[in-house]
Amino acid sequence: MQLYRLALVAVTATAIAGGVAANEDVINMQSDPSNWAMQLGNYQGHRYSQLDQIDTGNVGDLQVKWTFSTGVLRGHEGGPIVVGDTMYIHTPVPNIVYALDLNDNGRIIWSYEPRQDPSVIPVMCCDTVNRGVAVADGKVFLAQADNTVVALDAKTGEPIWSVKNGDHARGETLTAAPVVVRDKVFIGISGGEFGVRGSLTAYNTNDGSRVWRAYSTGPDSEALIDPNKTMMMGKPIGEADLGVSTWNGDEWKIGGGTTWGWYTYDPDLDLIYYGTGNPGTWNPAQRALNGERVDNKWSMSIFARDPDTGLAKWVYQKTPFDEWDYDGINENILADIEIGGQMRKVLVNFDRNGFGYTLDRETGELLVAEKFDPTVNWASHVDMATGRPVVLDQYSTFVQGEDVNTEGVCPAALGSKDQQPASFSPDTGLFYVPTNHICMDYEPFAVSYSSGQPYIGATLSMFPAPNSHGGMGNFIAWDAAKGEIVWSKPEPFAVWSGALTTAGGVAFYGTLEGYVVGVDMEDGEELYRFKTPSGIIGNINTYEHNGQQYIGVLSGVGGWAGIGLAAGLTGDSEGLGAVGAHKALGDYTRLGGVLTVFGLPN
Amino acid sequence: MRSLLCRIAAAIALVNGAAMIPAEAQEGTVPPAPNDLTAEIDPLDNPYHVDDGKVDRGTYNGYRRYHSSCHVCHGPDGLGSSFAPALVESLKSLDYVAFAEVVVNGRQAQGATGNSVMPSFAFDPNVMEYMNDIYGYLKARTDGALDRGRPQRLPK
Ligand code: HEC
Repeated sequence: MQLYRLALVAVTATAIAGGVAANEDVINMQSDPSNWAMQLGNYQGHRYSQLDQIDTGNVGDLQVKWTFSTGVLRGHEGGPIVVGDTMYIHTPVPNIVYALDLNDNGRIIWSYEPRQDPSVIPVMCCDTVNRGVAVADGKVFLAQADNTVVALDAKTGEPIWSVKNGDHARGETLTAAPVVVRDKVFIGISGGEFGVRGSLTAYNTNDGSRVWRAYSTGPDSEALIDPNKTMMMGKPIGEADLGVSTWNGDEWKIGGGTTWGWYTYDPDLDLIYYGTGNPGTWNPAQRALNGERVDNKWSMSIFARDPDTGLAKWVYQKTPFDEWDYDGINENILADIEIGGQMRKVLVNFDRNGFGYTLDRETGELLVAEKFDPTVNWASHVDMATGRPVVLDQYSTFVQGEDVNTEGVCPAALGSKDQQPASFSPDTGLFYVPTNHICMDYEPFAVSYSSGQPYIGATLSMFPAPNSHGGMGNFIAWDAAKGEIVWSKPEPFAVWSGALTTAGGVAFYGTLEGYVVGVDMEDGEELYRFKTPSGIIGNINTYEHNGQQYIGVLSGVGGWAGIGLAAGLTGDSEGLGAVGAHKALGDYTRLGGVLTVFGLPN
Repeated sequence: MRSLLCRIAAAIALVNGAAMIPAEAQEGTVPPAPNDLTAEIDPLDNPYHVDDGKVDRGTYNGYRRYHSSCHVCHGPDGLGSSFAPALVESLKSLDYVAFAEVVVNGRQAQGATGNSVMPSFAFDPNVMEYMNDIYGYLKARTDGALDRGRPQRLPK
């Protein structure tokens, strides 16, 4: 803890100045670049590091310094947290947390393994993933699959308090990483494929008592919306209880809008930001009102809320009346960029639906909405006056109808980007985004709801985007002011790992085959590639210890990508090109959770 | 307690006729699957009709229900995933009765981590009502009568 205390003194003054105290401990930890104190690097979700020892000139020399097997086989999302001399890592179910000693090549200081009912496992739709822990005020916060939120003593791993956030018998589970602001820890919920009603809940970090819960659907009193104050497209919403009236009967009660993505926070504006997921079922006809499309609010929305009261300051719905499972939970990155000659405080979101949105993060005003994958075809564009996508009938699974196979929709349900978080570099002003390049056929059909059972109601088949490079992913650099791709680097498989940018000018990402890849942030030129023991769906993080910069990543293929791609995708092999010949991910990698730590030669 | 509940549920489901098993099938022998287009579909002797890549309504529905309820674990087209076995292999030795038993009661694997669970679908109408269809589809895949991907429907 020595280093950390030194650094703390240096940064306190700048970090706190001007802002409402966020959580001093968290602010201090994240302001010290030797730490990787939060899953997304900082409150703003930049996943950027000021460390510059590893740079474009020497990244090619990176070598593995030490490794650690987590002992768990399922998909490993999220990444290592580093505070001072300790690294904290986590696993999918059984949700083990390890505190590792960086002074001793990762000796285990403590580990925590909860006892969980195995009947939780089948209600985790797409693997038993967990996106990591949060560290604040001497505690480690873990959201377990079985809906237990637990605060552990960061020194000993002993539980201090725990609380239940949901019930797996109703299909509810936890997968998202908690975030701490002041004395509150924010917990989302998963289970969009089980008719769960999504919510975000704030618990007191001292004792686990519940402070507020904001539902994603239902009356304003439960969605914590004030229709006269909460803004939508720059104006008060005006109409009450849209979370009820935009649904068919009681469907809102099982309406989805889960909150399993990443949460960000602006300490100056004192607002937290998160996205809500798809409405259930995947069969849009069952969510229509009198045979007409209806918004299904507030699924597929970005919320900005007051962290103390939960009251929504503004909300923006990206995909009203979803017809494709474009689950809108992706992270909202907070950056200050120049638009039209003016510095703007913006929020940038790369949605599953393939549009990159830039909004004013104070008011929710929509500034830019452009496709970040050229193959996106379900909507021609977003109408900037209404904020609504202009949906093409040909790709509308609602217009085509129940029991009809709507063909060639891009992107596929896993989106042009899934949960894998992007990175923002203040040096280049650009966003570095891991993306998917996959399209689908989608056939909705009638389903019945039964508590705790899958509530899906569509069958879909996926294939690499036709008439393209044949691969299923790209790593791109994005200009969020213009809404343009700056460069794009094709990959054979979907890029399902969180990106990292660094002051050394190198961006890093992982691949499903298991490669850690380092590229030049200027042009995407590949500078480094190393194959880790399993496919990477975790996030690449960096930290400094004893004056040396390291790169850390959890391998362990799985998640939706790992399951869906294991057997390979079908589809027209014409036009797939050379890369399309790589079919099955199972030919490249197998399960296994391993931490790999890289550094430069001594 | 749980497995008792499941068994009761199974009995209810079976009585309801959602998954009808003729008495002579209880021996558990693997019946041939002749794909006789002239004979009625029944899950034991003639679980599917496939003609030139086109399938009967039930098999088509089985394709849809499988990809809605099972494929997240068992992979696309019954090919398996790192999470659950390839049912196109399983059905080489599992007959309809054994298949239905697993689907109704579920099963808990004791593998390396003991972490994969086959859930009970006894309470899921989206599966229980279409057990025959799902079996027919998977059986056609297992027998090599049907390729990967979305099948075409036979004209009625
Ligand atoms: C949550 C994941 C999950 C889902 C969803 C799921 N299964 Fe399973 N299934 C498993 C696992 C894991 C096993 C292996 C269990 C074992 O062998 O102990 C299994 C085993 C089976 C078996 C036995 C296979 C054998 O070789 O013995 C059958 C049959 C089966 N599943 C059918 C289905 C059908 C039909 C569906 C959809 C209605 C389905 N499963 C949905 C996880 C799942």
